[in-house]
Amino acid sequence: MKCRKCGDTAALELRRHNAAFCSPHFIEFFRKQVREAIRQHRMVTTEEPILVAVSGGKDSLALWDVLIEEGYATAGLYLDLGIFDYSVESRAKCEAFASARGQRLIVERVEEAMGAPIPVVQKVTRRPTCSACGLSKRYLMNRAALAHGYAVVATGHNLDDEAATLFGSVMHWQTDALPRQSPMLPSTHPKLARRVKPLYRLSERETAAYAFLRGIDYIVEECPFARGATSLAHKEVLNRLEEASPGAKHNFLFGFLEKARPAFERAEGVTLVECASCGQVTTGTICAFCKLADHVKRAAPS
Amino acid sequence: MKVVLRYPRREVEVAGKRRVRELLRELDVLPETVLVIRGSELLTGDTVVGGDDVIELRPVISGGTAARPAGGGEVGP
Repeated sequence: MKCRKCGDTAALELRRHNAAFCSPHFIEFFRKQVREAIRQHRMVTTEEPILVAVSGGKDSLALWDVLIEEGYATAGLYLDLGIFDYSVESRAKCEAFASARGQRLIVERVEEAMGAPIPVVQKVTRRPTCSACGLSKRYLMNRAALAHGYAVVATGHNLDDEAATLFGSVMHWQTDALPRQSPMLPSTHPKLARRVKPLYRLSERETAAYAFLRGIDYIVEECPFARGATSLAHKEVLNRLEEASPGAKHNFLFGFLEKARPAFERAEGVTLVECASCGQVTTGTICAFCKLADHVKRAAPS
Repeated sequence: MKVVLRYPRREVEVAGKRRVRELLRELDVLPETVLVIRGSELLTGDTVVGGDDVIELRPVISGGTAARPAGGGEVGP
């Protein structure tokens, strides 16, 4: 198979684009997609420093790499979930990445904020692990952005992540979740950072290929709590559709964003207030993170 | 050739030559879910592999991204 641009041996075939690229031209393609995502959704300006949430995995480190290469001022934010060897290894990957590129890495520990690491949270609450983890991440990302003066947080969500989330929301007709699914969530409160997903145009396989071809040392092993997660089942269904019909995932997500999402946007915006306990933004009196932390503190063995 | 798979990590010996896309089909692996790696290069589906090749099928699927629960109370509605 030959590169569409130069005719050299291709490194990756992109069936949904009916194209194949050699390594240098694939990297060029990848960066162009990120630039297009940022431009189309006005995610950030070139002067604006970006806090990049990194996990040590392929997506977030690929994102950080491309933003650095595009000339943005960045810092990484690693959230230490306290998941045994997995967290130790993933943190080491982030530290090595940051050190090699002269970038700042901010580390926040879930245990410090929540009173217990994620494995204990999983044991003492009835929430699915990924749900409690996701809630903690969103909370800590926003808190860290405010504390360190960043107006925008970038995450490594890719096309597959977004399509699988959309699939899950549609499967359960979570109509309140649909308008919140967007490549860019603007700040709607002075204490709420803007959240952007510059990789949403790129598939999971493409971010993995970019990380590999750029020589990024990322953690290949999956989080032990992710096994059996519903999102993985949704991804498998979507990948079977993709195999039969290249472009299916792209059409599903982009069709939603362009044609359907506006129909689900709320007629009235929600009112945001500050949590009576921690001061972070919430829609209730006490935010979900503080409620969860309180539950953990009461239930966890001292 | 030797084929290295993960989750769980294991090695499979496959005799003879074939194209990557045929190898994936035989192992029941969806092309969209892996990178096919030989040394420092990525291979496309039409590449013929075999002999002394060591081929890694590296999964690209990350999981566990929880759908946001219905209802309010979280940061960033």
